Parts: sequence; C-alpha cells; structure tokens
Amino acid sequence: MELSDLTLKKARAGLENKDFSAKELVSATLERIQKLDPKISAFLTVCPESALKQAAETDELIARSQKLKALSGIPFSAKDVFSTQGIKTTAASRILENYIPVYDATAIKKLREAGAILIGKTNHDAFGFGSSTENSDFQVTHNPWNLNKVPGGSSGGSAAAVASGMGVFSLAEDTGGSIRQPACFCGVTGLKVTYGLVSRYGVIAYGSSLDTIGVITPSVEDAAFLLGIIAGPDPLDATTMPNPIPDYLESLNQGIKGLRIGLPKEYFIEGIDPEVKQSLDEAVKKFEKLGAKTESVSLPHTPDAIPAYYLSGISEVSANLARYDGVRFGYSSPEARELEDLYLESRAKGFGPEVKRRIMLGTYALSAGYYDAFYKKAQQVRYLIKQDFDRVFQKVDLLLAPVSPFPPFGIGEKAEDPLQMWLADIFTVTINPAGVPGLALPCGFTKNNLPIGLQLIGPQLSEGVLLKAGHAYQSQTDWHKRRPSLSA
Amino acid sequence: MTKLTTEEVKHVARLARIGLTEKELEKFQNQLSSILDFVGQLQKVDTAKTKPLNQTTGLKNVWREDLVTPSLSQEEALQNAPEKFNGYFKTKAALK
Repeated sequence: MELSDLTLKKARAGLENKDFSAKELVSATLERIQKLDPKISAFLTVCPESALKQAAETDELIARSQKLKALSGIPFSAKDVFSTQGIKTTAASRILENYIPVYDATAIKKLREAGAILIGKTNHDAFGFGSSTENSDFQVTHNPWNLNKVPGGSSGGSAAAVASGMGVFSLAEDTGGSIRQPACFCGVTGLKVTYGLVSRYGVIAYGSSLDTIGVITPSVEDAAFLLGIIAGPDPLDATTMPNPIPDYLESLNQGIKGLRIGLPKEYFIEGIDPEVKQSLDEAVKKFEKLGAKTESVSLPHTPDAIPAYYLSGISEVSANLARYDGVRFGYSSPEARELEDLYLESRAKGFGPEVKRRIMLGTYALSAGYYDAFYKKAQQVRYLIKQDFDRVFQKVDLLLAPVSPFPPFGIGEKAEDPLQMWLADIFTVTINPAGVPGLALPCGFTKNNLPIGLQLIGPQLSEGVLLKAGHAYQSQTDWHKRRPSLSA
Repeated sequence: MTKLTTEEVKHVARLARIGLTEKELEKFQNQLSSILDFVGQLQKVDTAKTKPLNQTTGLKNVWREDLVTPSLSQEEALQNAPEKFNGYFKTKAALK
C-alpha cells in the first residue's frame, strides 16, 4: 500500500480485496503523520487510540464476511471546526483550547455511520478567518510542496494533510474560499457545495448565511462519492434544502460534449500571475477538446462582491462569536470579578488579532448609525451579485475561473497586512454571497513546482454537472495525480 | 481616507466586549480604518431600487412537529462550564 497517492477509490478497493486490512491502513496513516507532520504541522489533534480501535472493529466485521459499509476502514481528517464527540475541538482559537464537544456534527456523524475512521483534527485560520492558516492560535502549517510557503486557508491543514497522504480525505468548510483556495495551493481537489446542501449542525459558525460544508480529496471521483454520503436535509439545520440527493456517481462519466462554459472576464484580469494565466488558458483548451463550448461572459458586480462578502461575513461574525462569554464553555478569565470584566478579559485573552478585528468591524457595521451604510448596503449588493449569477447561468452551464491570482505565497509574506490577506481571496469569496457551488481542481504547476488551480462554478444544486465536468478533465490530465516528494 | 478616532475604536471594542491594550488600540485604529475604507467602496454602487438579500436558497418557514426530542443531559450541558454550582452555570456578579 502506497499512502502518498492513495485515493478513496483505491483504498476502498484495497480493503474490499483484502490487499490490506483496516488496521494496516490506519496504522500506516498514523505512522506517516508521526513522520511527516512535525515538518508540515497539519494536525492539531491526532486520535490514534480511537482510530485503531475502530480499525480493529472494522477488521472483525470483514473477517466475519459482513458487507462493508461505504467508507468502512477509511481514515479521514476533519477541520477543527467540526464538533467531534469526546475529541477536542478548538476552532484553532485559544478561547476553545480545552473544549470537548458532547456531540458530533451531522457531517461527522454521517461519515462515522458510513464506517469512516477519524484520525485527527486539522489546523486552520482561527474560526476560518484567513487565507494562509497563519491566523491559527496554535501553529503555522507548511505547504507540502514547499515548506516555506503557506498551504492556503482557512482549511490549510486539511489540504496539506490530503496532499501528503495523511488521511485519505478531509472534511472541511468554505465560507469565502476556505476549501477551494487551500486545495488549489496544495494541488488537490476541493468541493464547495450549494448553501444548504450539507448540514451545518455542529460546525463552529463563521458567517451563517455563507458557511458551507464540503470535502478536500485526491480526485473529483472521490468528492462525488463523499458528497452522496454527507449531503441531504437535516432536522437539526433548518437551512438545509429538502431536495432529494441525486446519485453523483451515475452522471460522472457522461462526458461534457456540448456543455457551455463561460469565462467571466472579471476573473481574467490584468495582474494575474503569468504562469497561472498560462495554465488556465491551457485548461480552457482542454475543456474545449473534451467537447465543451466556451465563451466570454461578464459578472459586472464581481469587484463589489469582495467588500459585500466581507461586510456580510464580519457582521455575522460579530453576532456568532458573541457566544464566547467565558460562562458556558471556553476560556474564562480567572481574574475577573464582575460579569462585564469576565466578558472583556476572557475575549481579550481568548481571541487572536484577526478574530478581534473581524468582531469589531462587524460590530461597527451593525451599530446604530452605520447599519444602513454598511450591513444593509452589503445585503443589497448581494442581491445584485446573485442576479449576475442568475443571468449568466441562463447563457452558460458552468463558469471556469482561476482559484487564486497567484501561486502559494511565502509564510510571513502577507501576515502583517490584514487587507492584503483579505485580497488573496478575490476570486473565491465572490460566489459565497450567491450560495452557488464551486469545484477547485489542480491544472498545472509553476516552474518552481508549486500547484496552480482552476475552479468551476455552477448554479445552485449543479454539483452533478460540476463533478461531471471536473471528472472529464481529470480523466484527460494528471495534474491531480502529482504528489509532493516528502522525505519521511 | 476616513480614519476612526481612538474614541470610536474604544466604543466599538466596548460594544463587542473585547478588552484592548493601548498598543492594540493604536494598531487596530489604523488597520480597521484601512479596511473600512476598502469596504466603503460599496457606497458607489447604485442600490436605490434594490432589495436586500439576506439568504440565497429561498427556503421559508421550516416547521416541525412540536414534540419533545432527545437532548443533552444536564451533566453533558455543563461539561465544558468553567464554573458550575448545583447543576447551574456559575458566573460573576452582574450588578455592582
């Protein structure tokens, strides 16, 4: 068994054919984490005991010739915003440093019920606020392709883990690019779903009208398989959509002859790194060769989508993070004598600088006298953004765009300038205000061997089409199969 | 560029219940000002006839039967409490 290029498909086949046991797979994964993670720092928590116990139980079922469940014996990681019963869940923030949830998030529960084995919780920017994973209060994650570069963010630990074979896939969350951008920076596949397709129950909230749950995987095929398991309505999340879940695998091999792909001119702008531009141009040609028809389209409100996204996000942050009060859970300042001091001191010590910035900005945007100019204005612009997407999807089936204007940047390069960090997300934050899905795929490498990625964007609930198109591309290219050379 | 005053930063920190040091106050004053300046570009967008969009999927009024369903036990609910007393969350004095 070679972990570095193990896909979910291969892992399932290997277990089914008894090429290896669940215990062998889980043990090898844990050993790989032990060897590689001191350099990469993708994991905040590793759970060897529960993982090995579950693996032994899986092997017992196999020995008794019981039919394997969809994900029996498959080791996976989850971003540390997913509540995991009995396993520390920190949101990568000091304020939750010792928080142990008493229940599982719905997505975790569904994966566990399908037999998957949680091997650990991955690092990210605290509460998802960032594009480099440098805003974690605990550690900086390194890009496995070049340890001096960031893995992207906020789900940088999840992407780095999948790229380096530490767990077959990772469960992650995307509010403004937090799945797509790190997947792109680490050369793996990342799926951001339609808002409401996957339950947010038990996921530590960032911006509740923008947060979506998805996966980071070695391939599109794997993402399609997993989406069928985690998607669907949940009585515990009233914003989940009631629509029936299609069989995403069934349509996967249908090909894309005649598919209309729009190239939004606002995403192919001056200032994109020339190597990124060149890879994107080649990918467009590839899609044309596969039978798609491409045309230039326009989403005129794209530049306004960035401030509208941030204003919506931070306003919701200000409300969502009010719960960290030092009373019911999380860090509580021992010195405080009165209730207000308890709030002020617990939040002062528990939150890092980016979290404080976003809470304060959101509080400002919602405060008396500024609400109309900031929050309400952002929601009005959001209407215009959604209208742009609705209109363009009357003409084309999908959009194709870069994920990031540049390849992975250096650790420390943007850390001191919060606004520059915000602008690293210009091509990813734009879709979340409209609730539409996006799929990030590797589409090339720079001459310095750093991954380049593209994203396909579709109308709400078009995951089947996105996955079909992504799979068609991956059937004819091998960018997604490349893995970093990591000396263990 | 409109720069936030020290008083404005103090006010918003107080509203957000975040204690700030003098050093943070100065740093955030500059950083928040430049970010507000950036998001302020939205003022140029014409929204005179535009409704606000607060959600994207169009779901409305999701109902369920008003039935008792399983929930956390008192012990579980209190498990992460920094301080507890007799099955309650314990906190500091709210009134001086």
